[in-house]
Amino acid sequence: MTTVATTTLSARGLRKYYGKDTGLVRAVDGVDLDIEPGETVAIMGPSGCGKSTVLHLLSGLDRPTDGEVWLEGRRVDEMSERQLARLRREKVGVVFQAFHLVDELTARENVELPALLAGRSPRFARRRATELLDRVGLADRADHVPSALSGGERQRVAIARAIANDPVVVFADEPTGNLDSSATLEVLRLFEDLHASKLTIVVVTHDERIAATADRLISMRDGVFVDETRLSGGSSGRLGALFSVGLEA
Amino acid sequence: MQQEVVLAMLAKEPSHGYQLRARLNDALGPLGDEINAGQIYVTLGRLEKAGFVAAETSESTSERSDRKVYALTAAGEERIAEWVQEVNWPRPDLAEFHLKLVTAAAARLADPVSIVGAQRRELLRRLRTVQRAALEEPAHSAAGLLLEGIVLRLQADLRWLETCEREWTERGDQ
Repeated sequence: MTTVATTTLSARGLRKYYGKDTGLVRAVDGVDLDIEPGETVAIMGPSGCGKSTVLHLLSGLDRPTDGEVWLEGRRVDEMSERQLARLRREKVGVVFQAFHLVDELTARENVELPALLAGRSPRFARRRATELLDRVGLADRADHVPSALSGGERQRVAIARAIANDPVVVFADEPTGNLDSSATLEVLRLFEDLHASKLTIVVVTHDERIAATADRLISMRDGVFVDETRLSGGSSGRLGALFSVGLEA
Repeated sequence: MQQEVVLAMLAKEPSHGYQLRARLNDALGPLGDEINAGQIYVTLGRLEKAGFVAAETSESTSERSDRKVYALTAAGEERIAEWVQEVNWPRPDLAEFHLKLVTAAAARLADPVSIVGAQRRELLRRLRTVQRAALEEPAHSAAGLLLEGIVLRLQADLRWLETCEREWTERGDQ
């Protein structure tokens, strides 16, 4: 097995149990994972299979019952609350299904927050936010509050916020779960763009289209990984041949 | 539907034509109503000529085709083993794929869940390829519209495969 010292993110024997005795729920029941720098990994599975819990454990939003999480060679599951808070501010970015933007703040102010919380100057934060909103194609919407933005625009603001501090890993939990098909396309484009810029991404999703942006797809059922598929490489290249587009002889 | 479907129905055990028809109707439900006994005997005749099937006349001396018991030859077994593993999207005959799972399970040719898994992996790889191409098309491109259609079909097929996977996993667990 790969050593945790060289991977971007690793998990060993990860478990999360809720309740006890007959009410014991094994939400995550022994998960091992190694994610290389620049890799996009998607985790799919039916509702209740434990995929969101895995994401929470990997991103330091929740602590495992047992097992280890390593981020850039550092043990995450044993960190103090204070170290965890710092990790979440500086090392990871999280994108949620329901966006989780601050309603009272404009798009720009939402994107400025991570830099400000990390102790950067307001001037730096402003410059960074402008740059990021431009990258997600929302330069002209910077002064709108979330309620004045469409779902797709809100999620793009949330993604800009998630990458503001150049995180080591971006975690996304059903990023298109609340979006219609054209908004899904906007977010898809952005994910392909982040992927191309070699960001490391872990995404939990029901949406085959988001899953298809990944290099590797993991299927989860009943708290464990049941299948792993490498999507990169393999059948690519000649689209016409792949989809039998041709004239009858 | 390919004639391999009829061939695969024989993989479980040598059978009379009417038994094959019953099995097909069982697997297809109301969707099997277009298949008549005559078509099955025509297909069996073709398969016999091609060397995939051998017919034996049972008990009586009657030459009537409904007295014949059909069995797979070695070549037929080989053909079915190949057919079970083939992924032939984008002309996916849903009924054919479904029957592939049904016959594979009945004759224990292969684990239906692994057939679904192989199909799913291949479709996901294709989805990745075609989606990338779609996202690279400029807005309002005609080719982009076609690519979007392929993406949506792949997505629909993948959702059905997910359901197949769940269902066959549960059956396997019983």
